Order: sequence, then C-alpha cells, then structure tokens
Amino acid sequence: MSEVSVTKDAVEKTGELVALTGVNKHFGALHVLQDVNLSIARGEVVVVIGPSGSGKSTLCRTINRLETIDAGTITIDGNPLPQEGRELARLRADVGMVFQSFNLFAHKTVLQNVMLGQLKVRKTDKKAAEEKARALLDRVGVGTQADKYPSQLSGGQQQRVAIARALAMDPKVMLFDEPTSALDPEMINEVLDVMQQLAREGMTMVVVTHEMGFARSAANRVVFMADGRILEEAPPEQFFSNPRSDRAKDFLSKILHH
Amino acid sequence: MFDFLDGYDLLGAFWVTVKLTLYSAAGSLIWGTILAGMRVSPVPVMRVFSTAYVNVVRNTPLTIVLLFTSLGLNQTMGVKLFGGSSDDVNFQLAVLGLTLYTATFVCESLRAGINTVPVGQAEAARALGLSFTQVLTLVVLPQAFRAVVAPLANVLIALTKNSTIAAAISVAEASALMKTMMENETDSITLVFAVFAFGFIVLTLPVGLLLGWVSKRVAVKR
Repeated sequence: MSEVSVTKDAVEKTGELVALTGVNKHFGALHVLQDVNLSIARGEVVVVIGPSGSGKSTLCRTINRLETIDAGTITIDGNPLPQEGRELARLRADVGMVFQSFNLFAHKTVLQNVMLGQLKVRKTDKKAAEEKARALLDRVGVGTQADKYPSQLSGGQQQRVAIARALAMDPKVMLFDEPTSALDPEMINEVLDVMQQLAREGMTMVVVTHEMGFARSAANRVVFMADGRILEEAPPEQFFSNPRSDRAKDFLSKILHH
Repeated sequence: MFDFLDGYDLLGAFWVTVKLTLYSAAGSLIWGTILAGMRVSPVPVMRVFSTAYVNVVRNTPLTIVLLFTSLGLNQTMGVKLFGGSSDDVNFQLAVLGLTLYTATFVCESLRAGINTVPVGQAEAARALGLSFTQVLTLVVLPQAFRAVVAPLANVLIALTKNSTIAAAISVAEASALMKTMMENETDSITLVFAVFAFGFIVLTLPVGLLLGWVSKRVAVKR
C-alpha cells in the first residue's frame, strides 16, 4: 500500500479536470442529487462510496451525460457538457466508462469490442486499431481471449475487456460505475488489480464502489454520499479512521465490522 | 391426370410471384428498417411520422394500397416509376405497394427486436462517443435483427402469399394464371386449386425452415 501511495504522489496533479457545481437531479419526486459540488483534479483518483440509493451511480453517470441534470453545471477540462449531439459524442469519446454489467457488445468478438470506438469514432486505421486493441487486451490479461464472444468469458474477464475498450479511446478520465458489484468474489481482485495499475499510472478516475480495500489503497480522496448529498470528502486514511458525519460512522460500522 | 396444365406457363407465373416477393422483400426490409430507426430516433418529427405511417398503412387493406398505386399514383398522378411496357409498370407498382405495406410489419418486428437489446448496449456505445446513427446501425440493429429472424420469416411468408393481390392490378403472377385456368378448366377446378396451393407451399415452406435454422445460428448469446 505504501508503495502505491508513493508512486501516486509522484504523479503531478495539476488543474481541475472535472467540475460539478450545484448539480441537482430529480427522478420524479425523488431528489437524487442535491446541490452536489465536486472537483476532480487531473491524475486524481476519487472513490465515491455510500449506501445504495444515495445517488452515487447517478452522479457518476451525469459526468458523461448518460443522465441529464436539472440544474447546475458540469465541466470537463474547462468545457461545459454540451447538449445531445455531435459535440456531446466527441466529449464522451474522451471520457471512458466502465459499467456494473460490463455491457460488452454481445454480437462482436472481444477484439472487435475494443476496436469499434477506435475505428468509428477516432477513425484509426484498422491495422493500428487492432495492434492497440491486442496490446490493451494483453495489458489487462485477456489477450488470449481476443477472438471469443463476450458470453464465452467469465465476468471478471468481461469487465477487464470493458476496461480495455474504454482505454482504447485514450480517455482523459475514466468513470467506473460499481465495476465489481456484479462479479463473483473470486473475480473481484483481477478487476481491482487492473484498476490499481491504472491509478498508479496516473489515470484520472472516478470510482463508485463498495470495495473499501480499493478505496483505502488506491484513492486520493474518498467522497461519501448519502441521500443525494455529498456528506464528506477526505483522504482515505482520514475518512476510514476518523469519519466526521454520523451517517458515515454508521455506514462504516455496518460494512467494516463483520 | 395433369393434362389440364398443358398450354399454361405455370412456371413463368410462379417466377413472377418469386420476383414480386424478392423485390418487395428487399424493398420492405430497407424501408422497414428506416421506419424502425425513425421510430426510436430522438427527433420528434421522425417518431411522429413513422408512428403515423405504420398505423395508417398497416391497418389499410393491401388491396386498397395496391389499387391506390395503380389508380391513384399511376393513372391519376401519372407516376411511371422506371417505365417500360404497361406490364412492367404494373409490376413495379405492385412491388411499390407491397413494399409500402410490408415495411410496416418489418418495422414493428424490428421494434420488438430493438426492445430485446439491453439498454446497457446502447449506453456503452454512446459512452464510446458513437453518434445516434452509429449506435443504431453498429450496435442496436445488428442485435435486433438477429432476435427477429423468425418473426421476419413470418412477414416474408405473408408477403409471398400477399403478392397474389397484385393480380388486382393486372400483374401476371401465379394467382392471375389460376383465375384464368379456373375459367377454362372447369372440370379440374379442385386440382387447379391444389396445384397452386402446392406451388405456394413449395415457395414458403423452405423459407420458414431455412430462416428458422438461421435464427438459431445467429442468435446473440448473452
């Protein structure tokens, strides 16, 4: 763990990459995001935790506008999120996203999954795209599965392919929406290892997760959400050893003591 | 026993049926896919148009659609399509009418297919930065098509049999010949019926079997 934080600190964190200001969102009568302010620096790893229904997944999904917001502003690299259309598509290409349910394209092979965005969005030529895809698949440890279909892979392998698919776009920031929640316990670590490695390499990451171990070891900052609000933001050591809010104390006592 | 068949171009008539079906199938597959795309598009005008079109045309008897292409489009408005002899024009009008009509069923089948594709597939595609059209053509529709091969086979079989209505606008397909034969071969009417019924089964049965097999082969495993 100490080794991780040393390398992490070596990465220069300059400037604000993602900024949410006064973000509000309703699902009908439910106020899922209430005046959320959050700023994420380049190279920073922010882990969002909180009880289910606290709005953390929604928060994550607003950053690439998979969820629209009712009020407030979200900027990425200084540019406010555009309306639906070409501009938004261009921005999304720079924001990698990894889903709880993997969402690999079921009709395409693993290799094609990782090549699709490069070919159709980045307009990379086929040879370069395939080379890059294979390199990324090797990097996440599923290089030998390149020609299989997603349904032939285990959950952990699928999720690693999904990470490779997002990385193929050279994103500025990666969003992880509960990436290990749908995995069998023995597969969680293989995905977390890949994420740890990414964090070490200085990728800007927003990670919604229930994996407290990952939060402790890889996060620069932990954001605790409950009932649509950010209640606490602190470095992991501080948050886990000395949470300030009662909700956070309550939450931690429930998940850490058994 | 089959003497009554002498002097009739049975194969030629069925060949016209096959051509009518193939051209109309291709046309309705294309137009139906476009309609389905419009039906799920983010642009309200397109959705409204497609919904209205499907509901109006699907609920209009095919005879009326075909008579409209002939009497309305051709004779009143002077639409000649690709031109040629009056037989050619009638054939083209029949293909047009069958396409306009069958596309609505293709559209509705495809829309059902689109609903079988999990939302996450489109979300992942959008998250990569693909445009709406790309999401639809690269990710959603390929999976939707695979899910609806069997229903589309039904549409194709219905289309094959519906092509007999083209006789109403003087296209010399199988049922037009049947009508002629029934007038001339009054002694063998039952056999005439049987021959034509058999002819259609020969055309449609393999389609159903083949596409049933294809349906299993291409099914998306999740």
